[in-house]
Amino acid sequence: MKTGDTSIRVRDLTKRFGTFTAVDRICFDVKEGEIFGFLGANGAGKTTAMRILCGLSKPTSGEGTVAGCDIADAEQIKRRIGYMSQKFSLYENLKVWENIRLFAGIYGISAKETARRTDEMLERIGFAHGKNALVKSLPLGWKQKLAFSTAIFHHPKIVFLDEPTGGVDPVTRRQFWELICEASERGVTVFVTTHYMDEAEYCHRVSIMVDGRIEALDTPQNLRAKYQANSMDEVFRQLAGKAKRMENCKK
Amino acid sequence: MLGYLIEKEFKLAFRDAIIPRITLVMPLVIMLVMPLVADMEMKSINICIADSDRSGYSARLTGKIAASPRFVLAGLPATYREAMSSIEAGAADMILEIPFEFERSLASRHTAHVTISANSTDAVRGGMGSSYLTGILNDFARELHEERSPAVGMSAAPAVTVQNMFNLRLDYKTLMIPALMVMLLTLMCGFLPALSIVGEKESGTIEQMNVTPVGKFTFIFAKLIPFWVIGFVTLFIAMTVAALLYGLVPAGSLAVICLLAAIYILAMSGMGLMISNYSNTMQQAMLIMFFFMMIMLMMSGLFTPVSSMPQWAQAVTVIDPLKYFIDAMRLVYLKGSSLSQLGRETAALLVFAAVFNGWAIWSYKKRK
Amino acid sequence: MKNNSPFSVHRNSPFIALAGKEFRHIFRDVRTILLLLVMPAAQIILFGFAVTTEIKETPIAVFDPSKNVSTARLIKRIDASEYFRVEQMLHHPDEITGVFGEGKIRLALVFGDGFGGSPALDGRASLQIVADATDPNQAGTLTQYLSAVIGDEYRSQLPAADAPPSIVPVVKMLYNPEMKSVYNFVPGVMGLIFLLICAMMTSISIVRERETGTMEVLLASPVKPSLIIAAKAVPYLALSAVNYCTVLLLSVLVLGVPVAGSLALLTVASSLYIVVSLLLGLFISTVVRTQKAAMIASGMGLMIPVMLLSGLIFPVANMPVALQWLSSVVPARWYIRAMRGIMIEGLPLTAVRLEIAVLCAMGVVLLVVSLKKFKVRLE
Repeated sequence: MKTGDTSIRVRDLTKRFGTFTAVDRICFDVKEGEIFGFLGANGAGKTTAMRILCGLSKPTSGEGTVAGCDIADAEQIKRRIGYMSQKFSLYENLKVWENIRLFAGIYGISAKETARRTDEMLERIGFAHGKNALVKSLPLGWKQKLAFSTAIFHHPKIVFLDEPTGGVDPVTRRQFWELICEASERGVTVFVTTHYMDEAEYCHRVSIMVDGRIEALDTPQNLRAKYQANSMDEVFRQLAGKAKRMENCKK
Repeated sequence: MLGYLIEKEFKLAFRDAIIPRITLVMPLVIMLVMPLVADMEMKSINICIADSDRSGYSARLTGKIAASPRFVLAGLPATYREAMSSIEAGAADMILEIPFEFERSLASRHTAHVTISANSTDAVRGGMGSSYLTGILNDFARELHEERSPAVGMSAAPAVTVQNMFNLRLDYKTLMIPALMVMLLTLMCGFLPALSIVGEKESGTIEQMNVTPVGKFTFIFAKLIPFWVIGFVTLFIAMTVAALLYGLVPAGSLAVICLLAAIYILAMSGMGLMISNYSNTMQQAMLIMFFFMMIMLMMSGLFTPVSSMPQWAQAVTVIDPLKYFIDAMRLVYLKGSSLSQLGRETAALLVFAAVFNGWAIWSYKKRK
Repeated sequence: MKNNSPFSVHRNSPFIALAGKEFRHIFRDVRTILLLLVMPAAQIILFGFAVTTEIKETPIAVFDPSKNVSTARLIKRIDASEYFRVEQMLHHPDEITGVFGEGKIRLALVFGDGFGGSPALDGRASLQIVADATDPNQAGTLTQYLSAVIGDEYRSQLPAADAPPSIVPVVKMLYNPEMKSVYNFVPGVMGLIFLLICAMMTSISIVRERETGTMEVLLASPVKPSLIIAAKAVPYLALSAVNYCTVLLLSVLVLGVPVAGSLALLTVASSLYIVVSLLLGLFISTVVRTQKAAMIASGMGLMIPVMLLSGLIFPVANMPVALQWLSSVVPARWYIRAMRGIMIEGLPLTAVRLEIAVLCAMGVVLLVVSLKKFKVRLE
């Protein structure tokens, strides 16, 4: 693991919807190349916070930098990050290579370079045979792996993953996390939300959000020690149990 | 970057289950069926003549009406009541009552009364029917006059001749076809873009686009291009059908039609995208579009002339893009107007294109 | 979900629970509801006031080379009539093409020779009316009106003895004495609105449930599938009822269209049509897979035929026979005919029994076919 410069720096970030405070003055740093787990119960504010960092939503107050850019400057941030949303979001009616070519083109990668990297990438994830398949014909597991590979195709400094493994079988999840670790070894910062506590164990550091605030932030080992728990699952249940907000009520 | 986005929009459009088919089928259906249906020309008005006079004159008048191409003699009932029941049954559209002593009154007093009763549930049909019948009555009166005093004539009045221009066959279809092309472009290039952005919202791909550095302008512009192509394909199919089936070719220049169509498609697609931006579901987008489309169609002069509307309604039509394009298409197609004569229409369409697309770009928020 | 919602009543009845869900679903979308309620009102007002073919103050162009008392008097008379307004004086008859090309002026009056200095004419005078016949109906009416104005002018100068005989028609406009085009449109707008709300919205909402997967959940519950579908229809039925009242009230109070026949019969016929529309929506939802397809099927497959073939805008009697046959499969055609009969002409049930019977038959056929298709889907 490379522990170089700060990749994400957030201070007092707040987002209010009317009277409801979804994200309440959160502060944290993420280092370059780190796999940062961003946990919390449904409605704790993780997705909102993540959307601010990606430039999809404007913060009500607070400051921060993402990949060296101020969060106010969303368009600059977007050039330097990759994003994979909760909802599967490649174009179903485009073929695998066409999706890759589209997103590569958006980030200004030349056609020749795209073709080379596409073959290399498909080879690496063992999907060379599926290059010409329409995305809608693929099983969910492959779709997710493809979405991730597409999100890091343009070599972003940071990749944001919003519950990337929802609805996927354990074997595919394992493979998915191998892809994440590989990316991290290449120096990509991985910012990931998840509900699977076994996945939290793979993270270098984990933060747990409760009611819009960050209640705990440390390595999984330290958190287990601090809360005298055998697993992250126990840690999570101790913290999330304190939540006063109703689940999902922001929707 | 733009190139890749346009490529994506094209692939998505052509791989869509519906868009390519509808692009081909819609113009055919509209152009084959609509001109036949939208024929407001009054043919075959069914008339009952209740003749209480049974004289030479009344028989001549009946013969004259029956011989007119507009009227079909639906019956010669003895009484008005009997005639009424055939109106209620829908077998007749109007009744002419020729009163007792019709001939005598005409001969002695120079004047006679008849009664026309027209079913005017459909006011247009009722009104036109009775005015055609009045025309026949006048002709009949003139005939009688000329028979009786051939030398006198109407020397004091000037001879009035009528000359028609442009649509010499007086074919209602000729008027409708260019306007139907406009309706067609409106349906295709209004509804499909309205579903476009909202479709990406529903499938979630729009999020993925929003986290990329793609600019608003680029994103919207890439969406517009395929509709341009679809619009032109539709237009050319429609024009071909019009030429082959109805023998209607533009009197004016094809270049002017293309130029105006290009601006119009841009304007309508812009409007569709704008509505798409404001909707969360396809159902919403469709409904909003339908609402505006309906109003714009009714106000456009497609079915009834704008000049017949009340002042306030005419003022509303100033902001109806359909009106300008329908006017322009009719002018170019039927009268061969040049671009310089269409300054007002062209300028208006350009303004609509600019406003709708500007609005679409402005209202597309990458960040909330 | 908060329990003080007005719709969360007895949870123990599955039907009410389901219908309540549908209500919440569509009433939460304020924009859609507003549109569905405003649209019929807007359409009635527009059809009622804006859509007419009445002729008034039509701009015309005049070419008058002699410019004397006689011609000036005629021009003044034309300008004073309610039908025409002299917009432009031409310098040469060749200008007409150019003036027509701009589209505003559609009629030109050209004075020929023989209009001497005195008001009396020497018998050689001629007048030509040049009409822009792009709209043949309008051109015909305009020339007829202009000829009448000219005829009046010269007849008024004649001694009575020389006048030709006249047949004076007394014209009675049955059912619609003021010749309002809205009489024709009120039934049509109802036909369109009910179809939009019931067929289109219902089909889309059923298909959406299938797309999002919630239909599976409902079908997996012990509730009968027919009940699920019926519950879906309830809010649209309610909306239709509201719109039925709005359209009727607007047409009676604002547009002055009376309900000539029995209100009860009118309501029965409308309810029947609403049910047929709902069944059409159900049928569409069983044959398409995506929301977009449902929209296009109901838009292109229902809306366009209704606009074109039902007699809403274009009289069925004017259509070629083949299309008249085709139009008889459009439910709206029968409904609009029944409505015109009952509402405008004041006919009793016996006069519209055919229309009612056809609508009933259509309803039965649609119900049987949809249920069959729906069951096939489930298996």
